[in-house]
Amino acid sequence: MDLVTPGIGLIFWTTFIFFLLLIILRVFAWKPILNAVKNREASIKSALDSAEKAKDDMKKLQSKNEEILQKAKQEREALMKEAREVKDRIINEAKEKAQQEAAKLIESARLNIRNEKTAAIAEIKAQVAILSVEIAEKILREKLTQSKEQDALISRLLDDVKIN
Amino acid sequence: MNCLQVLSKRIFFVLLASITFWFPASASDHPVAEEKTAHEEFIPGEFIIDHIKDSHDWHILTKKNGEHVSVYLPVILYSQNSGLNFFMSGKLAHGHSYLGFAYSEETGKIVEMNEAGETIGTPLDFSITKTVAGMMLAAVVILFLFLRMGNSYNKTKNIVPKGFNGFLEPMIVFIRDEIAIPNIGHHKYERFMPYLLTAFFFILVNNIMGLIPFFPFGANVTGNIAVTMVLALITFVITQVSGTKDHWKHVFATPGVPVWLAPIMIPVELIGLFSKPFALMIRLFANITAGHIVVLSLVSLIFIFKALWVSSVSIPMVLFIDVLEILVAFLQAYVFTLLSALFIGLAAKEHHHA
Repeated sequence: MDLVTPGIGLIFWTTFIFFLLLIILRVFAWKPILNAVKNREASIKSALDSAEKAKDDMKKLQSKNEEILQKAKQEREALMKEAREVKDRIINEAKEKAQQEAAKLIESARLNIRNEKTAAIAEIKAQVAILSVEIAEKILREKLTQSKEQDALISRLLDDVKIN
Repeated sequence: MNCLQVLSKRIFFVLLASITFWFPASASDHPVAEEKTAHEEFIPGEFIIDHIKDSHDWHILTKKNGEHVSVYLPVILYSQNSGLNFFMSGKLAHGHSYLGFAYSEETGKIVEMNEAGETIGTPLDFSITKTVAGMMLAAVVILFLFLRMGNSYNKTKNIVPKGFNGFLEPMIVFIRDEIAIPNIGHHKYERFMPYLLTAFFFILVNNIMGLIPFFPFGANVTGNIAVTMVLALITFVITQVSGTKDHWKHVFATPGVPVWLAPIMIPVELIGLFSKPFALMIRLFANITAGHIVVLSLVSLIFIFKALWVSSVSIPMVLFIDVLEILVAFLQAYVFTLLSALFIGLAAKEHHHA
């Protein structure tokens, strides 16, 4: 029976010691410890969050990079295409111009030739006329009594000499 | 922080000093040996109960010639006749009486007598008994551990627990995350953390120190009904004080129960209020006391049979029970804290009845 009868002294001392412990530990142990644990948990959480955020940002950045790369590729392709077109166009234009120039040259040459030819023919005609006159002179000197038939013959002959 | 360190050191030394203060009255000053004990029959029941029960001196060992080596502890008595009395328990050893006080032959308690040797009353006994001394030592250990820990946690921000703190911190976090928060709830648990933590470590340290069989350990603190009663009463008071309107409504007008049942329901609910701390008190007391009794009984076997070979059986058994008791030490501290949190949580929670 003694075993299950609480003594007044022990009740007093237990209460005293327990409350002393409670008060001292509450101020000097539990408060700083629980606060420190809480702070650490918060800092771990924020660190994890920021790591997650950094990962997201990285991903975003990567996809952006990819996009930029893609764009650059497209741009390069477009530029190349344009350059090729420009090149082709320039070549074609040059070809055309050259052809035109050549045609012009040929034309002018031809014109020149024709002019020269006409001049030459005219000269020949003149020479022939002079020659004819000389011939006629000679003939006239030799045969001053020539008939009108002979003159007709001469002019006919001269017409025949005409080229073309 | 510095003043904290100084304070913790001061507390430590004051308590250390108060421990050494008990020593002067060691038995060597009182070489009056009881010759008869050497040849006395070994009575295991007496031996065990002697250990389980509280006493005014701390028995360390009995020499071969029957001489007891004990540490005498301060006796503090308040009597209506002579007021407050303070002396060492050595003065009462071996049936001596001092200032009219002596151990009663029937109950073993200190009684006051007149000159004629007649009992005139039982004084209020506020002595630093073995249990109180053990409890004080446990308090010193707890203060040493946690003031050091709190100090180091206060000093640096985002501290990483080192050394023994790394062992203690998970327990503190466990009490918070597995006991307080699930049972009391996120909003209110912080108010009760100091009590739950103090109760847990007070019980745990006392349980473990009670398992160490050498002086100055081995006091049966948490296996004492007065100690567990105080702890259970504190839980009870906290529970009732933090009880919400719902809690009281549940007691005096249980929802969903017809009014004419109230004469039955109210007493039942009131009994329920008191049976909870009562169960707390008995559970801790019985578990720890039972553990001590089993270990001591197994050791007693050697002396009952008066044969050395028995030890080859009983020592492994004692070892097994001791290991089991370490588990029980943690388990009972956990159970007490858990149930305290549960009771507080039940009273403090806002119930929502359909």
